[in-house]
Amino acid sequence: MHLPDPCGPLSEGVVRALRAAPDGPHPVPQARAMGDVIDPLTDRDFQLALWILYELHYRGFDGVPDDAEWDPLLIVSRAGLERTMEHAVRALVGERFESDSLGHLGDDPAQRVVTALIRMTVAEGPSQVSTFLQRRAGRKEFCEYLAERAVYHLRESDPQSFVLPRIGGPAKVALAELQYDEYGGGRPDRLHQALFADALESLEMPTDLASYLPGASGATLASVNVMSLFALNRRLRGAAMGHLAAFEATSSLPCDRILQGARRLGLPEAVQDYYDEHVEADAVHEQLAIRNICGSLVSEEPELADDVLFGAMACLAVDGLAGDTLLRRWSQRRSGTAAEDHRAARAAG
Amino acid sequence: MSARRVTVQDCPGGPLLIRGADEVVAADGTVAEATRPVVAVCRCGRSARLPWCDASHRAKRRSNRDD
Ligand code: FES
Ligand SMILES: [Fe+2]
Ligand SMILES: [Fe+2]
Repeated sequence: MHLPDPCGPLSEGVVRALRAAPDGPHPVPQARAMGDVIDPLTDRDFQLALWILYELHYRGFDGVPDDAEWDPLLIVSRAGLERTMEHAVRALVGERFESDSLGHLGDDPAQRVVTALIRMTVAEGPSQVSTFLQRRAGRKEFCEYLAERAVYHLRESDPQSFVLPRIGGPAKVALAELQYDEYGGGRPDRLHQALFADALESLEMPTDLASYLPGASGATLASVNVMSLFALNRRLRGAAMGHLAAFEATSSLPCDRILQGARRLGLPEAVQDYYDEHVEADAVHEQLAIRNICGSLVSEEPELADDVLFGAMACLAVDGLAGDTLLRRWSQRRSGTAAEDHRAARAAG
Repeated sequence: MSARRVTVQDCPGGPLLIRGADEVVAADGTVAEATRPVVAVCRCGRSARLPWCDASHRAKRRSNRDD
């Protein structure tokens, strides 16, 4: 992948550092004081800078030596961005969810966490994005949705793989079981990332992640970065697994709606296949993630209970932001077009 | 290969998770083939993809669908 085009001083600093001295060290110029970042979770420049630094741990960039992954100066820059990111996620979670001592759910911490995860994700209800795609979206809007989600789905499940060596016992076994399914269950053609690429290809859309970075909103990048934040910091392993549980538990029903939307629009088989697969798969993953992963993890490490719940709330809150951004874009465009039609009709009449 | 192990896990309020299943036979004799290593079999009766769970057990009320 080539280095993405920066979109502000922070991402500019990172890109310039990676380009200028390929062999490092890589001091990242502080071109923008972090204090200028008002809302990190929707700030595209901030999120892109962090995304680029995280990407060094996944697949890297053409022309950037692999050593850059552990360049101490880049790690320092990443840690600075991560602190701001984590702080913002905690603040958003605090705003959206009442703090709840969970004491009323009994005294077995694992059972408490399982019950809380189920409650929280049921209360969430169907996402408005999925309802829109099911009933109203046109083909163009549907494709925009796929394009926006591509930065995640083309790398689906990769962040969580970093957690495998960080946990043990039944939780580790269950995570491996879930990941095996995400990674195709032994069949390369069923790799979920590949199913998504097939869906894109069937619509004659590009299948490389780099093509989708320029269009991805800050909030969408944040929804991906939050997974890397949790998965790459061992301290936050509980949050990573809570995030996974909330993600899986709020996937089957929306995927079914999106599938219905794809059928309504007569989109190619490959698009339907991706969502069809996820209705069934995520109904399994929901149970695995909530009970076998998070439940077992908390039995083994009860002090992680709050982190697991924090991760789940973070998933719902941050993904919610990304969904809102998309919905706003669509409704602004639709009302814009409606207003134009109205003006045109008036002018004509 | 050693003898195959099939296990059934109870998920209260949700499906049964079955590992190692080959097929699920419905009352009317319809056979559904298990294509993934762990399958979730619906117990609430609300799934639109019986015998598999489709997470409909989560919806507080399932409107306009009476299967
Ligand atoms: S048990 Fe999940 S849909 Fe019936
Ligand atoms: Fe998947
Ligand atoms: Fe999944």
